[in-house]
Amino acid sequence: MSAVRRLTPSRRGFLLGGGALIVSFSLPLAIAEAPAEKKLPGSLERSPKLASWIRIDERGAITVFTGKCELGQGIKTALIQVAAEELAVAPESIHLVTADTALTPNEGYTAGSHSMQDSGTAIRYAAAQARSLLIGAAAAQLGISREHLKAQDGEVVADDGRRLRFGALVKDELLHVAADGRSDLTDAAHYRLIGKPVHRVDIPAKVTGGSAFVHDLRLPGMLHARVVRPPSYHATLSGVDTTPIAKMPGVRAVHREGNYLAVIAEHEYQAVAAMLAVERAATWSDSPTLPEPDKIFDWLASQPSERIPVVNGSGGLTGRTNIFEATYRRAYQMHASIGPSCAVAQFENGRLTVWTHSQGVFPLRAAIAQLVQLPADKVRCIQVDGSGCYGHNGADDAGADAALLAMALPGHPVRVQWMREQEHAWEPYGSAMITTARAALGPDGRIAGWDYSVRSCTHATRAGPAGNLLPAWLLAHPSTPPPPRPLPLPEGGGHRNAAPLYSIPDARVVYEFVSAMPLRVSALRSLGAYMNIFSIESFMDELARAAKADPVDFRLRHLDDPRARAVIKAAAEGFGWPDYPRRQDHGRGFAFARYKNVAAYLALAVEVEVDRKARRVRLERVVAAVDSGEAVNPDGIQNQIEGGILQSASMTLHERVAFDRTRVTSRDWSSYPILRFSEIPDEVRVHVLNQPGAPFLGTGEAAQGPTAAAIANAIADATGTRLRDIPLALP
Amino acid sequence: MITLTVNGHAQQVQVDPETPLLYVLRGELALNGAKFGCGVGQCGACAVMIDGAAVNSCVTPVGTLRGRRVVTVEGLGTSAKPGVLQQAFIDEQAAQCGYCIAGMIMRAQALLDHNPAPSDSEIRTHMAPNLCRCGTHMRIFRAIRRASEALEHNAAPRREAGA
Repeated sequence: MSAVRRLTPSRRGFLLGGGALIVSFSLPLAIAEAPAEKKLPGSLERSPKLASWIRIDERGAITVFTGKCELGQGIKTALIQVAAEELAVAPESIHLVTADTALTPNEGYTAGSHSMQDSGTAIRYAAAQARSLLIGAAAAQLGISREHLKAQDGEVVADDGRRLRFGALVKDELLHVAADGRSDLTDAAHYRLIGKPVHRVDIPAKVTGGSAFVHDLRLPGMLHARVVRPPSYHATLSGVDTTPIAKMPGVRAVHREGNYLAVIAEHEYQAVAAMLAVERAATWSDSPTLPEPDKIFDWLASQPSERIPVVNGSGGLTGRTNIFEATYRRAYQMHASIGPSCAVAQFENGRLTVWTHSQGVFPLRAAIAQLVQLPADKVRCIQVDGSGCYGHNGADDAGADAALLAMALPGHPVRVQWMREQEHAWEPYGSAMITTARAALGPDGRIAGWDYSVRSCTHATRAGPAGNLLPAWLLAHPSTPPPPRPLPLPEGGGHRNAAPLYSIPDARVVYEFVSAMPLRVSALRSLGAYMNIFSIESFMDELARAAKADPVDFRLRHLDDPRARAVIKAAAEGFGWPDYPRRQDHGRGFAFARYKNVAAYLALAVEVEVDRKARRVRLERVVAAVDSGEAVNPDGIQNQIEGGILQSASMTLHERVAFDRTRVTSRDWSSYPILRFSEIPDEVRVHVLNQPGAPFLGTGEAAQGPTAAAIANAIADATGTRLRDIPLALP
Repeated sequence: MITLTVNGHAQQVQVDPETPLLYVLRGELALNGAKFGCGVGQCGACAVMIDGAAVNSCVTPVGTLRGRRVVTVEGLGTSAKPGVLQQAFIDEQAAQCGYCIAGMIMRAQALLDHNPAPSDSEIRTHMAPNLCRCGTHMRIFRAIRRASEALEHNAAPRREAGA
């Protein structure tokens, strides 16, 4: 481990003034608030036909379509609430179809906390327009003006008591028009469903053993497959005698294509037994290609990088004396879904269908079509719920596995599920990262200069190109991944949330994008925001301490945005920040961020308990406040934020992908431990600051970064020791 | 042929006795509740009750279960008529992705069957073998607490009557 520099006034501050000038980019806030062109709201812009979103048949049955996926975030329920509100019907009367390349609009990936902003907004405007069209048709039919009509429970009802069913009004392709995004939305004063904690539609099946997951699909004649992965990324198959394996009970095929190996059997455990036999029979040629694990941060620091300006002030440190600096580091971390990735595929009559828990069925279809060399219109990808993914895990790769094996056995549905060690060792991780923060405190106790850099491998290697699918690398004619590219601002990848939201004059922020990728990496919940917010919010705490200021006051001192100030005050107040009773081996910590600087605002205060002897930290109490704009389902928001807090606590306190020079060695839950029930907090409270009538702000990832920083800040408060390396480890 | 009792029904299955119970439940018996998580008894996604105890079905060879009573989450209730603990999970909205939940419910059911009023620390300790990645722990904890209170409430009059 290389030493972490202490936060002390820097004697090298004078050097900073001579840094290279960086070409201008806008400040994130300026980007966020730039006057929008006249665009349709949300995903209507991309799919502007009303009937792509809402259909009503002559019996009055309502179907709503979304290109987004249920990932356990409760999106189905929230979208039904929005549609039912605007159509003035009961939520039970809406049938919602989620991402399916044959049926739904293409909304790209379900990622980046975008679903409510993109799909929720589109469905809301589409439903409001549908309601308006239905009322207009009823007005024409009844010969009265629309002011005398209202929609209610699947009918348009007139003041005089006459009523017409939706089904009787939809003839002549009433809803087959362009979306206009102009219809009046239901006034917040009249909400029946928006803002209410409606129970999630998917939970009853999930607690009673209903068919709830792609893992539960049972198609007639379905066969079970298991893949056999090489022992490491670059191992090549030297030899394998599959003859005896092909004769094992139930085995229908042993599939080999280059370094790609799989078995297909009638029953699932027969496939597992055959997989184990292939693993025993196969010999691989392997060599050390990975960086020295103990020197991974030296490796990262020494890699050539592309310098991408994020905020282009000079840093404002020239001539300053009271300069502080700190370096923070994060180990590789994994999504670590509880259910290994799974998919079912069937190739029949020249058409391939893939049931998948992918986050993006349209990009996956493009990748699979390229992989199996079919035209895209012969491939259909249907999203079915899976185990929570938290970003780009093995879902797409398993879809590709199922596709390849279904193509090998035409006619048969083939179900493939990865084994635990395959998920752990082959999913794309969240990149190791290094950040360096320098700042000057002015005589007024405010931050007078800020110079920050973040260095990371990519956070975006999703499917789209077949070369990003793991099975494609292993085939006899492999596809290679395209060179990684940084995701653009304002959302960004490694530089997501690298720009502080605080008012700081002349700030400079740079992203050092490393294109090398020794360990497979991609999007892990909140991408670079987790590390950038951890760094900025830890550093803010260090600066507050140096300025002898209360950390909450110090943040407020640098924030003008009233919504940012409101979540900070709500979290501090809910926690009892000013009256915090100091206790032995306990500490309090605070953190704030606005996710991506454009989505939900979140602040939280935490208390930790430190066991110095056992070198253990327990998150004991958490009070968070979140502003997600208009809250469609406040309980859904609370569930997401509570979950984000606990997951982030797990990552921050426990998680690091282990590897040696040759292979990943985190292959199960003992070599990659995560948070357990024995250490859960006593209390996690989430206040939702609802903003009726305001735009939806993405929420699902908002807690990741602030939680990490709040924990580190609380440990510093309890022990006087500042921990800057994730996972945080007490000395 | 192996005969075992699953959710109150005698079931005969013709499989290699080494086959882990999980694959028999999901395959031969077409039950969705128990989930494959790790295959080595480290996560609890596959937990079921065997003769009243929570057991990881992924590491339990079916050949060892002749004449034993297996209960899965399907045995506690249905969507239309959920059991007390299942209802508590619905009331607390104690799921995100839900993949771990059936295992959580079965481990918790085994606790409540033996100890209807567990302390907070007994719940934490008992549930520690089961992993949840979405971070739904606080709600799962509350759901178990809620079910415990419901059981207490139901049991109280009987207890008084018996006193």
